[in-house]
Amino acid sequence: MSLDDTIAAISTPIGEGGIGIVRLSGKDALTIASKIFRPSRPMTHNSRLKTHTIHYGHIVDPESDDIIDEVLLTFMKAPATYTREDIVEINCHGGIVPLKNVLELCLKEGARLADPGEFTKRAFLNGRIDLTQAEAVIDIIRAKTDRSLKAAMDQLRGSLSLRLNQIRDKLINLTAYIEAHIDFPDEEIDIPSREWVEAEITGIIIEIKDLIKSFDKGKVLREGISTAIIGRPNVGKSSLLNALLMEDRAIVTEIPGTTRDIIEEFVNIDGIALKIVDTAGIREAKDLVEEEGVRRSLRAIDGADLVLLVIDTSEDLKEEDRTLLEKVKDKKGIIVLNKIDLPQKIKENGLSKIIGEKPLVRISAIKGSGLKELRQTIANLIFEGRVVSPEGAIVTKLRHRKALLDAKEDLENFRNSLMEDQSSEFLALDLREALDHIGEIVGIVTTEDILDRIFSEFCIGK
Amino acid sequence: MFYDKEYDIIVVGAGHAGCEAALASARMGCSVAIFTMNLDSIALMSCNPAIGGLAKSHLVSEIDALGGEMARNTDRAGIQFKVLNKSKGPAVWALRVQCDRQLYRLSMKSVLESQHNIDIKQGIVEKVIVEDGKAKGIETNLGLRFKSRAVILTTGTFLKGIIHIGLTNFPAGRAGEFPSTGLSICLEELGFKLGRLKTGTPPRLDAKTIDFSKTTPQYGDDPPKPFSSSTEKITNPQIPCFITYTNGRTHRIIKKNLDRSPLYTGRIHGIGPRYCPSIEDKVVRFADKERHQVFLEPEGLETKEYYANGISTSLPMDVQIALIKSITGLEKAEMMRPGYAIEYDFVPPTQLKPALETKSVEGLFHAGQINGTSGYEEAAAQGLMAGINAALIIQEKDPLILDRSEAYIGVMIDDLITKGTKEPYRMFTSRAEYRLLLRQDNADLRLREKGYRAGLISEKDYKKFLLKKDMIDEEIRRLKETRVREDSDPPVSLAQILKRPEACYEDINRISPSEKLSPESSSGSDSRLKTEVKEQVEIQIKYEGYIKRQTEGVERFKRLEEKRIPSDFNYSSVKGLSREVVEKLEDVRPISIGQAGRISGVTPAALSILIIAIEKRKREKIGDEAFRVTS
Repeated sequence: MSLDDTIAAISTPIGEGGIGIVRLSGKDALTIASKIFRPSRPMTHNSRLKTHTIHYGHIVDPESDDIIDEVLLTFMKAPATYTREDIVEINCHGGIVPLKNVLELCLKEGARLADPGEFTKRAFLNGRIDLTQAEAVIDIIRAKTDRSLKAAMDQLRGSLSLRLNQIRDKLINLTAYIEAHIDFPDEEIDIPSREWVEAEITGIIIEIKDLIKSFDKGKVLREGISTAIIGRPNVGKSSLLNALLMEDRAIVTEIPGTTRDIIEEFVNIDGIALKIVDTAGIREAKDLVEEEGVRRSLRAIDGADLVLLVIDTSEDLKEEDRTLLEKVKDKKGIIVLNKIDLPQKIKENGLSKIIGEKPLVRISAIKGSGLKELRQTIANLIFEGRVVSPEGAIVTKLRHRKALLDAKEDLENFRNSLMEDQSSEFLALDLREALDHIGEIVGIVTTEDILDRIFSEFCIGK
Repeated sequence: MFYDKEYDIIVVGAGHAGCEAALASARMGCSVAIFTMNLDSIALMSCNPAIGGLAKSHLVSEIDALGGEMARNTDRAGIQFKVLNKSKGPAVWALRVQCDRQLYRLSMKSVLESQHNIDIKQGIVEKVIVEDGKAKGIETNLGLRFKSRAVILTTGTFLKGIIHIGLTNFPAGRAGEFPSTGLSICLEELGFKLGRLKTGTPPRLDAKTIDFSKTTPQYGDDPPKPFSSSTEKITNPQIPCFITYTNGRTHRIIKKNLDRSPLYTGRIHGIGPRYCPSIEDKVVRFADKERHQVFLEPEGLETKEYYANGISTSLPMDVQIALIKSITGLEKAEMMRPGYAIEYDFVPPTQLKPALETKSVEGLFHAGQINGTSGYEEAAAQGLMAGINAALIIQEKDPLILDRSEAYIGVMIDDLITKGTKEPYRMFTSRAEYRLLLRQDNADLRLREKGYRAGLISEKDYKKFLLKKDMIDEEIRRLKETRVREDSDPPVSLAQILKRPEACYEDINRISPSEKLSPESSSGSDSRLKTEVKEQVEIQIKYEGYIKRQTEGVERFKRLEEKRIPSDFNYSSVKGLSREVVEKLEDVRPISIGQAGRISGVTPAALSILIIAIEKRKREKIGDEAFRVTS
């Protein structure tokens, strides 16, 4: 890992037609920029360029001499900069495509694509900001998807807090039982059976385990849902990818502080990033023999969260199609019937027997028809939870996951103590600690809360 | 007119708080005057004739460990001793003692009377004399003034007390006694905020008219286990209590007459305790319960009066009579005294420092129901601490402040001064975070040293305590170091054997008896001492894992308690604290970051800001002084 090479990234939200900035930071920032920047007025030599100056000109591909974009270039010399390194910012005007091309040129000339949050990290390491600020900025930068994702995630968080509150409530109830049993031995309190308590706790443990698992699924949402586009050669995988990407660029969304990896392709579906795996494979697959195509597809299926199986509906269903349909049987996926603009050979009702419950979408990747339906189907799959989480509650914060793990451990201890017939005060200890941990996420539980529950549930007071 | 004798400390009220306060400060060498409205009501058990029970017995053991009187007096007056929760672990065992009400009162009066340094006065205190923000004495309703260096108020239910029976109500401090109105006004004039609480008591019945054959007797433990470590033997005869139940008819009578209940017609404004509801409350709130327990508790050996625990009520007389007669065994019962509800003023305890001294008047201490608590034990514990601290402050020593990890007393006082209370505050074991450490059995190990240092433990008792401590340590060491071979297994320590769920100390005794703890041994001839040592060894070894777990929690807790907040700290100068948080902090004025964190609404973020601000202030001060040295 290098801490002082020159890094580059798109450092602004990407908006259609808007201004975007490619930022370079590091000792070679100006050298790299000057290789692709053609100023409208001759500039002084790099070494004598004044700090904090703005220059008008064009970004030109040095190989082809093509003009990429009309830009303003800002130079800021270390140490009075965000990262305390030399910084060059290239203000582009041409929208998403030129912006990506400018970044690509910077990388070609020797910059390294910045890791998410890497500018801030450098700012911190170079003593520019303190840790608390740094962490806050890192959090923002880490979000790889856009605002609608945030909105979707807020809904999920709503259901998360709902489920956690249910768990909290059940635990308060159990604690109230146990504490009442301890503090009011003379009262006629109906103590639930050990079997009931055990079943209740086991249920809660399973729920918590589910939530812990959802963190890994939540990670998928943060880092993109790994998606495989598969199919025999020449069924239109590449066209579908391009169509999705093209559309994406047209409706391209604001992605706060996103650093786009140009090697991987992302398709944005309602704010969720689909990370298309083996894009190279898809594009190079055109002239492959059938078996090789299928072999590649099979490889792509592994590790994909979502599979788009493309079938050429202008041809009869082939043996290879059947093999792939069989292979994706247990995967989350969508059957995409492509080339509906051509004469149709495949009958849908014949297919439905083979594909089972998988949704089917008819498109023409070339003509761009059916893409909206496809996006909708993908979104439904994601948000109905069929891809990411059956219950919709997703734990997204490491801190929450840790609290849940701790609570789970407390409850397992509780269950063991219960099986060993330990006395109530020991059971209460585990339960109160579990409540403390759940409380870290949804609000602390005080003794007063427990007492409230006791006095509302049980008739205390002889 | 001033009385010609000046006192160190004046205690107002001679209930359970007042008696402990007076005794503690007198035993610490202060001259004390204790005022009561009626010399025959000293240490009167105004409600149920019992001391102890869950969590309350912990308080009593702590009072005993610190050198207070309640445990000893209970042993003198006890007529039924019963350890509750015996089926659970030792942390929640609790001794409950039924007492002879008159014996309890007279025996405490006798202790007070024979205590050197205490003058007992009958009189109605109307005013606390305050000069320059300092308590200087009191004034009675007859205009007589008494000078002192500190005043401890233990007013019970007397401040503007009003008794309700049905829709009738009248001013009273307790049935048959005057209320205290002047003092309440005086406190308001001194700038204290006052609140209003309510409590109640059930009817007393004539045993001659109770058919006990229809009830279930409940006997105490045999032999009775004394409360105090200094009691050798319980000598009173032991008698049972009896259990019966309300029924559908009882509930119908109550429901039919709710329109004559001061509770349900809105006549009572004070807030009552949820854990001790009246029978009308129970019937309304838990309508599906078919019956409620009624404990018939004897009021003493020489009286026919029985306390009907469980049917506390403020319904009108005729309804009380009817509902009693509807209960099995009580069909012909004659009511000797009616139940009633009483409303009284209290001074919300967030106005106190941890030493129970008021924040606004130096040398003025509050203890017991005036602080919003309920219960003899809670009152006595506060009285003891107020007495100790008033004496310490007069002697210009640091106050004795117990924290939440040291004692139930610490938990209670911290709760009161940090959170205040909305209903009469009662102790529960669930309030103690370190419940497994704060046991009744180790109250002396936790607190005796502190009591000794305050001057409340005699040399003889202290030596006895040190001997016990040594014997425990030695035996634990022996059990950990002695290894035995069982069958062909590798050798295990005696401690490991004792840790097995089914094992007890006597099993160890059979394998490898201790010389010092065997009944025949001459060293440590006291058999009670030996029993206590064995019990302690067994508990400490058996529950070692849990004890260690809680001890670690205590260490984390202590770190925050040790981060002190300067008493003059200016919260409003701290940037980043919300106004709500600033107001709360200014109101409570916590002594530590730990305490600040227990104030509701003070978030972890606010605490971080506070820590930084305090650290900043500290550095600024150091820098300031350093500057002065160099220049």
